Amino acid sequence: MSETILPLPTAQKPINDRRDSQVMLSRVANSLYWMSRYIERSENVARLLDVNLQLMLDFADLNDQQLKEHWLPILCSAGDEETFFRFYERANSESVTEFLTFREENPNSIISCLFTARENARQVRDQISLEMFETLNECYLFLKSRNAREVWQGGAHEFYGQIKRYSHLFQGLTGSTFTRNEGYEFINLGKFLERADKTTRILDIKYHILLPSVADVGGAVDAAQWQAILRSASALEAYRRFHVEDILPRKVAEFLIFSTTFPRSIRSCMEHLDNDLHRLSGREKREYRSAEERAFGKLLSDLNFLTIDDILAEGLHEFLQKVQTTLDRLDDHIYQEYMYHPPVDIQAEILLHQQQMQQQQ
Amino acid sequence: MLLETYDRGNFCDEMHDEAGAVRPHYARVAEHLRHLDEAEHKRKQTAVDLAFMRGGVTFTVYNDDQGTERIFPFDLVPRVIPDSEWQTIEKGLIQRITALNLFLHDIYHEQKILKDRVIPPHYILGAKHFRREFMGFNVPKDIYVHICGTDLIRDRQGNYLVLEDNLRCPSGASYMLENRAALKRAFPDLYRSARVHPVDNYAADLRKVLQYVSPPSLSTSQPNVVLMTPGVFNSAYFEHSFLARQMGIPIVEGRDLVVRDARVYMRTTSGLVPVDVIYRRIDDDFLDPTVFRPDSLLGVPGLVHAYRSGNVSLANSIGTGVADDKVVYYFVPRIIKYYLGEDPILPNVGTFLASEPEDRVFIMENLEKLVVKSANEAGGYGMLMGPWATKGEIEAFREQIRANPRNFIAQHPISLSRHPTWCQGEAGGAFEGRHVDLRPYILYGEKVTVTPGGLTRVALKKGSLVVNSSQGGGSKDTWVLHGDS
Repeated sequence: MSETILPLPTAQKPINDRRDSQVMLSRVANSLYWMSRYIERSENVARLLDVNLQLMLDFADLNDQQLKEHWLPILCSAGDEETFFRFYERANSESVTEFLTFREENPNSIISCLFTARENARQVRDQISLEMFETLNECYLFLKSRNAREVWQGGAHEFYGQIKRYSHLFQGLTGSTFTRNEGYEFINLGKFLERADKTTRILDIKYHILLPSVADVGGAVDAAQWQAILRSASALEAYRRFHVEDILPRKVAEFLIFSTTFPRSIRSCMEHLDNDLHRLSGREKREYRSAEERAFGKLLSDLNFLTIDDILAEGLHEFLQKVQTTLDRLDDHIYQEYMYHPPVDIQAEILLHQQQMQQQQ
Repeated sequence: MLLETYDRGNFCDEMHDEAGAVRPHYARVAEHLRHLDEAEHKRKQTAVDLAFMRGGVTFTVYNDDQGTERIFPFDLVPRVIPDSEWQTIEKGLIQRITALNLFLHDIYHEQKILKDRVIPPHYILGAKHFRREFMGFNVPKDIYVHICGTDLIRDRQGNYLVLEDNLRCPSGASYMLENRAALKRAFPDLYRSARVHPVDNYAADLRKVLQYVSPPSLSTSQPNVVLMTPGVFNSAYFEHSFLARQMGIPIVEGRDLVVRDARVYMRTTSGLVPVDVIYRRIDDDFLDPTVFRPDSLLGVPGLVHAYRSGNVSLANSIGTGVADDKVVYYFVPRIIKYYLGEDPILPNVGTFLASEPEDRVFIMENLEKLVVKSANEAGGYGMLMGPWATKGEIEAFREQIRANPRNFIAQHPISLSRHPTWCQGEAGGAFEGRHVDLRPYILYGEKVTVTPGGLTRVALKKGSLVVNSSQGGGSKDTWVLHGDS
């Protein structure tokens, strides 16, 4: 008689014999993180669309090709080109804004982001404050109502303003009503990771725009576009106060990458991420627990020593891509470290427990 | 002025006596309504509805791929119970749960009640929810039913009768608490002047019950208590997250738990953390695919093993469903007499068993006059309302009863008491009489506590006797007064 080999249940993470009220389910950490990321993402998409729609008002007579050249990079920075062309033939103001605002098939449209954020909030309804949930739920009910499209058609600026206000209100309420526990770190990680990533993408749009029409560099169109970049990152006023001079491409890039005082610069966001990572791991400052964290730490210290000239020499696009890759890996590390548990093989579990029960009887 | 045209009809009316006068314990509410105009009332109602919608105090509508969420309709006029009446209800409920708990202990141990032929054994041993595999198993502190929601109705004479016991996972307590909060916001002055017993202790009492029944082997006095939900798509998810939040305990799904060496752990950001007590809002059948339904994806393999090993406590215990079977309901007065030597304080509704030959003849001859219920269905499903049914429906039930008599009981229809309820029509709104029931919540821990009041459910459809939320029911806040007026 041959012996059947039973599948063995997957090994699980180690046991931690604590019974305090501060323990946090991995699923909860994951939901808080994505709730926060998606809200930040929706705000960025709203700002990007709002700014570019206004920018287009100054360039009324563009042909199809020029429109495409303008909108395609924006599309790439906030969504997925392939999905877009499944639904639309031409990339212009109407189609791109529609796709990035209301298309539920686009997981990164404003409506998808906020529906997902709200679904995540529902999963952790017991963890977040009533005020936070109400804000997000109101936003959800607004987007689900017919009213949303009417507001949008009546004036896109009003609509995107409303979306941004929901995000600002939510983030403000997080600051004023959410307990400073582990969950807060996950909310912050989601927010700053998304924000840093979006700032790289906003800056990268300009890189794309620059290439096809080199002749215009330094002209009026160029200035308007760089100004649009700053406004897309909510940075125009901050930039002006800081530089008090014309908008120079080099200075804009420098500001959005290096500023230690502007809260949406890549460096500022990474400083926040660094603090949150250390609070979570309980390690000393500058002590990193994985290859991903070390790569992140190295990039952060690069920002402390490099200059904008070094980056332009290396290639702005290449640098921004490196930041994105590093952040992607960090996201994966956070998932593996805090949220992932080995999957449970139900059949193997059933066999194991049936055996154990029989032995007991 | 809104009550002037109210017609109490030929029913027991909660607010008015037979002569049409306002009952003393409703004096303040009636006075309040006299000073309220229609526009003001509608404004308050809209504000409350909006607050529920915004706060996500909703249930998910099944069979709807839009994931539609609805609020459980809430009527602003409170149902009021005078203190003396409540005292009787409370005593009756405590008596009933005490007896049912002794009954559960008995049938999972010596089965004396069956040996003494007080209940024919086949009714119990063949019951769908009897868990043979838990014979001889001892639950912590010998408590089987920790949370009970008993449905009470009033007949034409105003007597309180028990309609059914919910001993598995009774729901609705969150609405009792949310309704109270909403009413206090809408009518603060009325509420203060009426001197009402608070209900806010429910969550704290529930948490104490859960801590009290932690495994005896546990060395710490701080057990890790969790609430287990089928998940965010369950229609009662709001209630689950609400109660977890009120108690300050984690809400977990099956996928958050894993069993190793007969111990339950939850999967946290700091590894596997032990779980000691589970307030489960999942039926027995879905708890553990090892033992019950192997296709269940909601449960946790090994959970029952951990429970049997005494390493985790469940509230309610496994196997309590045998005592809220509608056939067993028939025997509850005898159960009370047998274990406590007392007559029931709260009587049953007169019931006939289809499996008893004499009763069956009576049922079959009077189907068009009776209410027929299947033994194990809840939520108002699997029911025949004889006087309102079509010939076809009656014949269909006749066939089902003939095929499986054990599965059916019949009752005389009770014309449930009515309560003035705001009914918004096309032309305007008015107060009309709508049928109500009452579900008080009973907690069984170190002692038995009944939260004063409970959930008053109201059948919003004109003439309807079905109060279930899935079938057009709404709810009211329920006030138990400090005195009788």
